[in-house]
Amino acid sequence: MAILIEKNTTVLVQGITGREGSARAAFMKGYGTKVVAGVTPGRGGEEVSGIPVFNTVEEAVKAKGPIDASVTFVPGPGLKEAVYEALDGGIKFIVMPVERVPLYDILEMLAYGKQKGAKLLGPGSIGIISPGVAAAGWLGGTPEFAKRVFVPGPVGVISRSGGQSGTVPWAIQQAGLGVSTVLHVGTEPVLGMSFSDILPLFEKDQDTKAVAIFGEIGGPYEEEAAEAVRKKEFTKPLVVYVAGAWAPEGMRFSHASSIIERGKGSAKDKIKSLKEAGVHVVDRPDEIAPTLKRLLGV
Amino acid sequence: MARLYEYQGKQLLKTAKVPIPQGEVAATPQEARKIAEKIGKPVAIKSQVWAGGRGKAGGIKFANNPEEAEKVAKDILGMEIKNLKVEKVLVEEKLDVDKEYYVGVIIDASREVKAPVVMFSTEGGMDIESVPSDKIAQVTVDVLRGFRLYDALNLCVKLKVSTKVLPSIAQAIMGLYQTFKGYNCRTSEINPLIQTKDGRIIAGDCRMAIDDSSVFRHPELGIEVAREAPTPPTEFDKIAWWIEEGDLRGTCYIAQMAPDKKGLGYVGYHGIGGGGAILGVDALNRQGLKIANYADTSGNPTAAKVYRAAKVILSQPDIEGYMLGGFIVANQEQWHHAHGVVKALREELPKRPGFPCVILLCGNKEKESMEILKEGTADLQKQNPIEIYGSDKVYETEFLAKRMRALVDEYRKKRGIKA
Repeated sequence: MAILIEKNTTVLVQGITGREGSARAAFMKGYGTKVVAGVTPGRGGEEVSGIPVFNTVEEAVKAKGPIDASVTFVPGPGLKEAVYEALDGGIKFIVMPVERVPLYDILEMLAYGKQKGAKLLGPGSIGIISPGVAAAGWLGGTPEFAKRVFVPGPVGVISRSGGQSGTVPWAIQQAGLGVSTVLHVGTEPVLGMSFSDILPLFEKDQDTKAVAIFGEIGGPYEEEAAEAVRKKEFTKPLVVYVAGAWAPEGMRFSHASSIIERGKGSAKDKIKSLKEAGVHVVDRPDEIAPTLKRLLGV
Repeated sequence: MARLYEYQGKQLLKTAKVPIPQGEVAATPQEARKIAEKIGKPVAIKSQVWAGGRGKAGGIKFANNPEEAEKVAKDILGMEIKNLKVEKVLVEEKLDVDKEYYVGVIIDASREVKAPVVMFSTEGGMDIESVPSDKIAQVTVDVLRGFRLYDALNLCVKLKVSTKVLPSIAQAIMGLYQTFKGYNCRTSEINPLIQTKDGRIIAGDCRMAIDDSSVFRHPELGIEVAREAPTPPTEFDKIAWWIEEGDLRGTCYIAQMAPDKKGLGYVGYHGIGGGGAILGVDALNRQGLKIANYADTSGNPTAAKVYRAAKVILSQPDIEGYMLGGFIVANQEQWHHAHGVVKALREELPKRPGFPCVILLCGNKEKESMEILKEGTADLQKQNPIEIYGSDKVYETEFLAKRMRALVDEYRKKRGIKA
């Protein structure tokens, strides 16, 4: 078991003929994901790594039947169109590994996704991987790297940093543990799924015994995770690290969402709210894995 | 820069039919005088800087005639407010204020909202955070439906705005929202929205910031660097932005942290992946080193993009070392970074004998990347200490910061500088 992406999840790749699209389509397929189709307008009839390419999502769905998930490898300014197209094609889970997306476009696509009852991961999410089962996005990079870094096990991982969504599982593996599903929530100022949407899914997943979160300054997400714990939407052991305690106010980092605004969202605020909810907050990222081991009694 | 000055914001409001005071922007006292002559009545002279509290700092003053306007403008131009130099003043008709309101639009990223929120208050002219909540009315915008005029009217009704001015205030709220949406603002506010003694509604002051990722849709705004920051971009920031602008393959973010480096202890910092890169800075600070710049190249940029970033970082004068802080086991194939960094080091290090580098690069294609780095810097090692580390050191932030510190100390010794 895993969450959101499993053995039988069918996946569409939008923008499959581009630099990232073609490389990561090959990765996903090589890793065992059921990649059934790709879309690039004007390139219908071609193949990428043996995956058939269609001109539109509608055409792909007609040929392949309903598709569970889509990964959008399109430039930021074009993401809204791609997401609307996927949603109208009946796709209920969309992974958006796309940065520099106009903010108002994000608001519209998230609102439309909500109306359609779909789950959107990102924008700016490098993806999701369920070790040994399937991957959507470019988390894992290449099949051999993904196999080396992500080993199956009892820990769910959610990260606000793309890089750390590989690093935390790697450290967990070094400590002799493994991961159930790993997700990167994305980097843009407004996001689809965040910690508090994902924690209840891990709560239901029987293979997940604990969750690790790599948090960051800025935004409401860590506070919302604390709230989910307080409301008992998540009751398993939870270990959180919050990066960026040194950041000066008003400074914006490459993670567009890491903004300290109006005294909210500072590392101090987040840590306080998490600790009050009974979450295990660690001071350094290399303490995540040992803390998990202690809590799981292994 | 995504932030706009008051005079720029007011021009946008004007196109959305929000009344603004008669006035123009001036860069010299003589220009200020001419504008005051044109207005032909008492004027306000307002410094144009990205800082709150301009009034208290002496950055907003009044003048009764053109001669006075010139004198006041002379005082304000060139002054510093919160470390920002005043280069322009806005010369406007002085308004007879009867009442002040607040209107603002922000984006709420929280789980239940994820939409613009329009806020209105009858207590304008002060910081909105200090206004009691019963004096603030707000409405969340359904972006698929849009913000309607009667939403604006209802905000006014909620706070019992007098019927006489209610339609024009609602129009101003509507105009602000249209500006917010039309120019893809991240935040926008009119504070105060002034009701004059003769019953006119006019935007007294405004603050606006354009969403970085939407700046490309508005070339008419002339924004040079589409990055939010507390201060205007430096020359260095502008050069760094050229690397990113128009190249969507991966992300390159560079920001100058210390434009006026005072003393020793600055290093050029080249991080990979925001979360991890921040860890490295924490550790360097603990070793008494400061970063001259913050940088991040991630999201699988090309070698060319990484090279340009490294070159810009290494070109900073007065830095005492370079750190590639790849504190992540990256999914991106790291050979692009290896190639890019090697090329930059080969061009820059011969200019700086003894200048030390600490390189940490981990993740996909790490073995190949290590070979590229080692081969590419082998001959440079004769003149420059370059230490290269891989994923066994990915969380060894303290160790790597200590190595950087030790190498910086050696470099100082070589230059005859006492540590």
